[in-house]
Amino acid sequence: MSQITPEVIKQHGLSDSEYKLVLEIMGREPNLTELGIFSVMWSEHCSYKSSKKWLKTLPTKAPWVICGPGENAGVIDIGDGLACIFKMESHNHPSFIEPYQGAATGVGGILRDVFTMGARPVANLNALRFGSPDHPKTRHLVSGVVSGIGGYGNCVGVPTVGGECDFHAAYNGNILVNAMTVGLAQADRIFYSAAAGVGNPVVYVGSKTGRDGIHGATMASAEFSEDSEEKRPTVQVGDPFTEKLLIEACMELMATDVIVAIQDMGAAGLTSSSFEMASKGGLGIEMDLDKVPMREEGMTAYEIMLSESQERMLMVLKPGREDVAKAIFDKWELDFAIVGHLTDTGRMVLKRHGVVMADLPIDPLALASPEYDRPWVEPKLAAPIDAKSVKAEVPLKALQHLLNTPDLCSKRWIYRQYDHMVMGDTVGRPGGDAGVVRVHGSNKALAITTDCTPRYCQANPYEGGKQAVAEAWRNLTAVGARPLAVTDNLNFGNPEKPEIMGQIVKAIQGMGEACVALDFPVVSGNVSLYNETNGNAILPTPAIGAVGVIDQLDQRVGIAFEQEGETVLVIGATVGHLGASIYAREIGGTEAGSPPPVDLAVERRNGDFVRALITSGRVTACHDVSGGGLLVAVAEMAMAGGLGVMLADAPEGALPHAYWFGEDQARYVLAATTAEAAAILIEAAQAGIAGAMIGTTGGKDVRLGAASIPLSELVDAHESWLPNFMSGAEGN
Amino acid sequence: MKAAVIVFPGSNCDRDVAVSLEAATGTRPLMAWHRDTELPRLDLIVVPGGFSYGDYLRSGAMAAHSPIMREVKRRAEAGVHVLGICNGFQILTEAGLLPGVLMRNRHLKFCCQDVHLTVSRNDTAFASKYRKGQVVRIPIAHADGNFFANPDMLSRIEDEGQVAFRYCDEEGNLTDGANPNGSLNNIAGVYNMQGNVLGLMPHPERLAEAELGGTDGKPMFDSLLEALK
Repeated sequence: MSQITPEVIKQHGLSDSEYKLVLEIMGREPNLTELGIFSVMWSEHCSYKSSKKWLKTLPTKAPWVICGPGENAGVIDIGDGLACIFKMESHNHPSFIEPYQGAATGVGGILRDVFTMGARPVANLNALRFGSPDHPKTRHLVSGVVSGIGGYGNCVGVPTVGGECDFHAAYNGNILVNAMTVGLAQADRIFYSAAAGVGNPVVYVGSKTGRDGIHGATMASAEFSEDSEEKRPTVQVGDPFTEKLLIEACMELMATDVIVAIQDMGAAGLTSSSFEMASKGGLGIEMDLDKVPMREEGMTAYEIMLSESQERMLMVLKPGREDVAKAIFDKWELDFAIVGHLTDTGRMVLKRHGVVMADLPIDPLALASPEYDRPWVEPKLAAPIDAKSVKAEVPLKALQHLLNTPDLCSKRWIYRQYDHMVMGDTVGRPGGDAGVVRVHGSNKALAITTDCTPRYCQANPYEGGKQAVAEAWRNLTAVGARPLAVTDNLNFGNPEKPEIMGQIVKAIQGMGEACVALDFPVVSGNVSLYNETNGNAILPTPAIGAVGVIDQLDQRVGIAFEQEGETVLVIGATVGHLGASIYAREIGGTEAGSPPPVDLAVERRNGDFVRALITSGRVTACHDVSGGGLLVAVAEMAMAGGLGVMLADAPEGALPHAYWFGEDQARYVLAATTAEAAAILIEAAQAGIAGAMIGTTGGKDVRLGAASIPLSELVDAHESWLPNFMSGAEGN
Repeated sequence: MKAAVIVFPGSNCDRDVAVSLEAATGTRPLMAWHRDTELPRLDLIVVPGGFSYGDYLRSGAMAAHSPIMREVKRRAEAGVHVLGICNGFQILTEAGLLPGVLMRNRHLKFCCQDVHLTVSRNDTAFASKYRKGQVVRIPIAHADGNFFANPDMLSRIEDEGQVAFRYCDEEGNLTDGANPNGSLNNIAGVYNMQGNVLGLMPHPERLAEAELGGTDGKPMFDSLLEALK
């Protein structure tokens, strides 16, 4: 057994004060296996020690919330006896080191979080942030991450229905790969992780354990440096085929009544799953590690406990029913092993070759993990800029340019590589405001989106946090859904720096305020800190995943213009806010300015108004206005429908470039018959909601006053950037 | 019409095609497990899409040697109708029930999108509800759909009229731009010589109801029902 030297302690990422706590809890010096277990259990990734204090402030309750944060995933009631189970999780560091496997295992991990609770996964999404297109690694990372996500999701047969992807130099050394899975279960058939019943068998199923991914959770909890390449061996390797078998076997087992508790082995593998189950049940576990199915010979207790091999689950079964479970796993040709049993000691006792290799108290380790109130400072807020100071380009020229930029271009090159139709329920495909997936065999649907605008969060973390939630809510509203709940994936830099901690605190405050105002509780989430390379932090990126319900499938709309001669309306006030906008960055060459403020009362009022128009069938298309502003939103609707539009010039007194490209919040573009549009505007005025007619659909051009551009040229601009970039074509 | 859908480990369109069959026929098809060695009396066997055996070794290669495939072969030879979709098409070529092979797409990437197809024949149990030359829109989702056959085999396939569908543009032109994977002669699906076995890369079950954005896949199931009721 190795000596526990200060060096070894440091390698395990434990601080002096944390090690002191280890000694107190143990009452003796730990051995290496025990130290390894402390290390992963108390890693930022598993313990949330820097963020816990602030996460607790988020609203998590609503009448429709069945289970909030703390379990594998959040659970909400969607009516008709059904529950929707979902969560988003990061796989940032592994994806930077080994993009294909990093992204693939990110998808695998989040799928397991959802099906371990009894839900059949019905949709995947992903929120991706890459470095500048000019950076030499970017193309390789995009290529690897996208094929990794597709390679895994396509094989398991869960449609990838949406997400987002943008680029910024702040992610050059630290990309973000946030994956979300949404599942459906019977509301009375949800499985939890709390162990129960002293003597009950603890069962291991799925893939064998290998030496891969040892210390993945610790890696995810440290800054990156030049030598991170050397951490490649800590990236796990995924096998989506085994995952597919595991899903089917678990679904079959869950239809019986033999499971007491079940937990997937994610970060920190067998360690966190066993500790979590025991701790939640207030029990102990005794495990014989010799029984763990192993891929390699000669694995030590340390390696077995810290391996992050994929596609594995741990279960507690009812006594005497092991045969029922074993028959199912035999049918699917998956490993099944009784590795231990529950005890009443409150301790984790691990044996290898008949020798006790670890004997740890469970609750002090799992519950008394450190919680820090890290010092933080108010973030420096970006000063507002005057729209007049931003270069005024001819609007249609600017539009054509913007549609051909990394953040606004079509992401078809990406979602074409994802099977977004398997399972036969995708009614709203990628490319719209939200993915829409029918609840199988019913006339209902789930609307799902992921959103965040990191440039806003950088300029003002509080407003940016609010905006991320508001935009997710708006995207669900824009397809006609009732927004129900969110999962958050908080990606930030090193929390030990007060200015980064300030971003975390303020972004969470902003998110919380928006969640309260919009009745949009947080039911699950994940925190990814230390997203820095050589001391440079990413933009603060609190990615929001959100789910809503469409009660009747025919009460929804897409973004495409469908009818010639319809009136195009905008709901919500257009002020022309260009600070931190894509126009200012791409045309004006500046990232300066405060982000557009979010007035949550207006957000709510405008959204509720628009949703009622959609569900009563009064509009034929709807699109929220976000990055790029009004003209980009209208152009996207025209391109989606293959139908042109004639727009009036910007109103007198407005600066045209600010009017068309400002990113004012709480706005939607709608299409409706002329008579309907007139009625809608009268109702809006009566309700105190800003609204205006801006044009008419028709033709094959986008006309703006006297100017025009063929729709086909805009489609070319929109569709060509990403394929050209990925093929290394000239001009990129 | 009595139908069975074969389920391999890794199949993932088995439920989707069962839904389409049930919608057309009113009865749920039998779901047959890959280890089964016998099937009851049947009119139609569907080999569904997915990643049977994880596509390890080569798409469809391992499934082609599973116990159930011996029975599928026996039935096909006895005249039972067999439909292979996507991975099912790959399995049927690997099993020797259909000519040609499906190689990696020419751009080497998985590709999920709607494509247009022309219907080459409508004198079979699978296609009577289509018009000959009709242009239909049906999705594909595959990485290995690049149809290849050696020159002799290709001319035999063409001469015998074994081509079922070809990739085309919206107007029905067989252009290279409309060919999503590099298939020879834009071939998207082929019949065996007898016309009772069909394999195709596109997924008719994915656009067989209006809610999903199209119904051009539905006539295939309606054709089968009419021919095999």
